[in-house]
Amino acid sequence: MTENFLKRYSFNIVANDFINAGKASSAIKGNLKSMGINAHIVRRIAIISYEAEINIVIHSIGGQLHCDLYHDKIVITSTDVGPGINDIEMAMTEGFSTAPESVRELGFGAGMGLPNMKKYSDDFKITSGSKGTEIVITIFL
Amino acid sequence: MKTVEFAQNLNLELLFSTDKDMNVEGVYVGDLLSIVMAKAKQNYAWITIQTHINIVAVADLLDLSCIIVVENMEVEEETLEKAKELDIPIFKTKESAYSVACNLFKMGIK
Ligand SMILES: Nc1ncnc2c1ncn2[C@@H]1O[C@H](COP(=O)(O)OP(=O)(O)O)[C@@H](O)[C@H]1O
Ligand SMILES: [Mg+2]
Repeated sequence: MTENFLKRYSFNIVANDFINAGKASSAIKGNLKSMGINAHIVRRIAIISYEAEINIVIHSIGGQLHCDLYHDKIVITSTDVGPGINDIEMAMTEGFSTAPESVRELGFGAGMGLPNMKKYSDDFKITSGSKGTEIVITIFL
Repeated sequence: MKTVEFAQNLNLELLFSTDKDMNVEGVYVGDLLSIVMAKAKQNYAWITIQTHINIVAVADLLDLSCIIVVENMEVEEETLEKAKELDIPIFKTKESAYSVACNLFKMGIK
């Protein structure tokens, strides 16, 4: 971490916990908002962290969401333990989803999570293997 | 406009009492949460048939002004609890999304 680094917020995300899904993102949003971060940036981060959080809930067996605040950027990191993503290019395609019918009925599984995370970020890195997935997203301030 | 007045004007049922001022600057209609996340904006009214507790997280993250549940869908108790806690008004109606959207338009919300 550089001297530019200010603060880290970390959250545990529990798989299949749809009741609490979104809480970490709300906390991140609340913190950034109260620090006076630009509303457009807060909105982008809310979208990104929500989609990352929901993906951990639906597609993994558990993970963490981190929000690192720097003087000039915000980095959202999502790490999980789980089956990982076989074909990342396919997963990044708008509309592609393996979400089960039971969660689609609740409005999840539009297949727009990863594409939107990328769209609203300045830098998007994803690595995935058979043990889990890590996504690191940077938004410049 | 207060929530009660908003509900009366649009013939909606307010699912819990709140004194909140309604400041509606736009409307988004949708049932797929990722698409709503990307498209709805601050102070928008959100019209949906989704009733699951996660709609409150979406409304909170986007600073939506309210959620309007249409087609007479039953809203879960835990959804209402969460909405109350965050003071995000939820309305309900047996009308369609289109009908509610038209009424919002007539009210002057474009
Ligand atoms: N954390 C993850 N672990 C395993 N698979 C994932 C993860 N995130 C996304 N995926 C896979 O990528 C697909 C596309 O993800 P996304 O664009 O968020 O759409 P959705 O979540 O609506 O299915 C998912 O359906 C799933 O197959
Ligand atoms: Mg997703």
